[in-house]
Amino acid sequence: MIEVKDVHFSYPTGVEALKGVSLSIGEGEFVAIMGQNGAGKTTLIKHFNGLLKPSKGEVLVDGVSTRDVSVAKLARTVGFVFQNPDHQLFSDTVYEEIAFGLRNFGFDAETVEKRVDWALNLLDLTEYAKTSPFLLSGGERKRVALASVLAWDPKVVILDEPTIGQDHRQKENLRQFIVQLNGQGKTVVVVTHDVEFVAECGPRVILMTGGEVIADGEAKKILTDTTLTLSASIVPPQITQIFLGLSDFGVPSDVIDVSEAKRILMDYLRGAGY
Amino acid sequence: MLVCVCNEAATESLAIIEVNGLTYTYPGGKKPSIRDVSLSIEKGEFVILTGPSGCGKTTLCRCFNGLIPHFYPGELKGDLTVAGLKVGDHQIFEMATRVGLVFQNPENQLFALSVEKDVAFGLENMGLPRDEMRERVDWALQMAGIEELRERAPHELSGGQQQRVAIASVLAMQPEVMVFDEPTSFLDPLGAQRIFEVINDLNKKLGITVVLVEHRLDLASRYANHVVIMDSGTIVLDGEPRKIFNSKEAWLIGVGIPKSVRLWHLLEENGLALGEAPVSSAEATQFLREVLKH
Amino acid sequence: MSVFQGFRFRRVTSPIHSLDPRAKFVFVLALFVVAVLFSDLVPLLVLFFVPLPFVLAAGVRREWLRSLRGAVFLAVLIFVFNFVFGYLYKTSTTAVLLEFSFAMSLRFVVLVESFSVFFLTTSPDHLSLALEQSHVPYDFTFAFTTAVRFVPVLAEEAETIMDAQKARGLELERGNFLKRVRNYIPILIPLIVSAIRRSLELAEAMESRAWGASPKHTNLYVLKLRRGDFVILIFSVVLLVVGVYVRYFVSIPHLSTFLPPLPF
Repeated sequence: MIEVKDVHFSYPTGVEALKGVSLSIGEGEFVAIMGQNGAGKTTLIKHFNGLLKPSKGEVLVDGVSTRDVSVAKLARTVGFVFQNPDHQLFSDTVYEEIAFGLRNFGFDAETVEKRVDWALNLLDLTEYAKTSPFLLSGGERKRVALASVLAWDPKVVILDEPTIGQDHRQKENLRQFIVQLNGQGKTVVVVTHDVEFVAECGPRVILMTGGEVIADGEAKKILTDTTLTLSASIVPPQITQIFLGLSDFGVPSDVIDVSEAKRILMDYLRGAGY
Repeated sequence: MLVCVCNEAATESLAIIEVNGLTYTYPGGKKPSIRDVSLSIEKGEFVILTGPSGCGKTTLCRCFNGLIPHFYPGELKGDLTVAGLKVGDHQIFEMATRVGLVFQNPENQLFALSVEKDVAFGLENMGLPRDEMRERVDWALQMAGIEELRERAPHELSGGQQQRVAIASVLAMQPEVMVFDEPTSFLDPLGAQRIFEVINDLNKKLGITVVLVEHRLDLASRYANHVVIMDSGTIVLDGEPRKIFNSKEAWLIGVGIPKSVRLWHLLEENGLALGEAPVSSAEATQFLREVLKH
Repeated sequence: MSVFQGFRFRRVTSPIHSLDPRAKFVFVLALFVVAVLFSDLVPLLVLFFVPLPFVLAAGVRREWLRSLRGAVFLAVLIFVFNFVFGYLYKTSTTAVLLEFSFAMSLRFVVLVESFSVFFLTTSPDHLSLALEQSHVPYDFTFAFTTAVRFVPVLAEEAETIMDAQKARGLELERGNFLKRVRNYIPILIPLIVSAIRRSLELAEAMESRAWGASPKHTNLYVLKLRRGDFVILIFSVVLLVVGVYVRYFVSIPHLSTFLPPLPF
């Protein structure tokens, strides 16, 4: 679906943000790109929809090089939800906001109406169809931004730091929603530094630091590897931290999920004749 | 429902923030953002104020330093005394020398073109003499751990560094109370940890009373000795961190209680009789080691 | 756009940068007045070279050249306008007219150049300090520094907004003029709304940091005129006096008298 071939990228200021990144994301995958602020995560995903073109190397989306296609054309396949919804919202009503992308891509009026209604329903925004997006709360505006991207049904959905500023319940809803999206066959790429969020979803994790990919694999394996998390300057999930101090009891150390932690501990205690 | 686990014998003279029946409606608002809020915070406490989005925590913070009712007009009912000053009776700039407020977005708190000038901003407003300003600026930069950033421009700094500049510039005014409204929202976990460490230093080393509004309880809970949870404009839980995080109500409200507590609950559901829940991962490891040894 | 690049301050230390902005401003003003006094090529050529040692001493040669490059378009326009106008109304011989038109465009360049040197070698907070000490009300100097502080922030935000809308299929390059203007609405509105939100947050932060606590506003730094500043001030006065003298008491030959007669 998306192929990154030895991509180097430097900003006009001279900063080298990507130093030879190679990876490939297959259709229907669920990927989390992680690393601290400044590792190059956002720079990398901006190559996926052509906003940035590599200084060296190539990025292929569905077999086509991003250099050969306009951003608008790529956006049809690769939907990008930006971190701050306020950077997108400008319409009079939520309806118009969601219709914007659809109209840009040339859908006819009838399809636009159908798709907008569908998106409103999906994100629980039907009651706000005629409301100005600026009057909605922060969480609602995030949903409008998400709806406006999902409306044109892109094959890939990229979310840049979707959990920032969200409370626990909103994060939980988002997590379930993303898992659902992926379940429906969409390729989902999430850029985040929220380890707990990733620990709860368990996707494929691509770990970056200093413009390079230093790990690519199962969330469980990567988030529990202390050498890796240290070099990427990320904090391991709480459960992992807890289990780190229990290694001498013979319990497995690659635990990130609370339920699994419970199961392991219960098994251990039963086994010990508790 | 108010569950107050606070010490009834706490005398009024120790309370640095005293809230009584506070109700506030924003101008044009249909219903109050905070309703009948009563709370008592003692000098030197490290308070975590949390709750789902829209519960009124930001509104309450704005009351503490006088932004409500002076900057945000609207109906404010009830009593609020902070550091000995009745909030309604004093201008915001009077409150500013007793209670400081650090906001969520680091970028929008920095005005000047150098860190040093920004830290001096409040002091310049107060009209302090140059020598005193210099002393305070040096001290604040040191406490926030940003001395080497003195000459830098705010735009060159990372979010975490910017937030530390904001903290230093509030600290320079030497307030008795510092309120932090989701200061780590825009920071990665490591940056957030550093901020919490700075805030903790201010509390433990300088005795500044801290009110921290946070969602990231995993990282922040280990520093607090008082937790207040709000929901829909009222206080629903108020007391000691361990008891609050342990309670069923906290879980039901939808607050992100620390994973260590969650693990404890799950183990108890499966029939284990355990003692009090740990509030940090280090504690959890410690407690679990005890359990597994037997 | 490159004209503005020439005016943007870049953080560098040099003896010129440490001069008091007030002294520098007097110098620029003197240069300005003397340039306006003359319509003759020779003195304007001299004036053009006067700021050069400052540019080199300050190490801002590249930016200065960029600002000149930006001014070239208008300079050419002035040249053409003067020449065509003069030619049509036959005000003087062609050679003299050429010289005159060139002098006019050079005068414009000298004006741009002198201000450019000022802004390139004066940091915005030095400037605001100078304004404050010149008794400009603090509200204005504060608005000025804050605006300058947020220029890079807003520029970045504008880029992000453009990216966000491009990612929704917005094409900024295509379409006729009217359509292209309309395509900028999805960029302007978020930018304006964001600016308003930002102002509100800034106001909250200002109030919380004791804004208005004292009618007497003190400053962490203070500008003091030093030897170098006095040198510049004296030099400016001398320049002014010499300029006035030459203008009114010395006849300046036209360059064209030294050249062989032109074919036309």
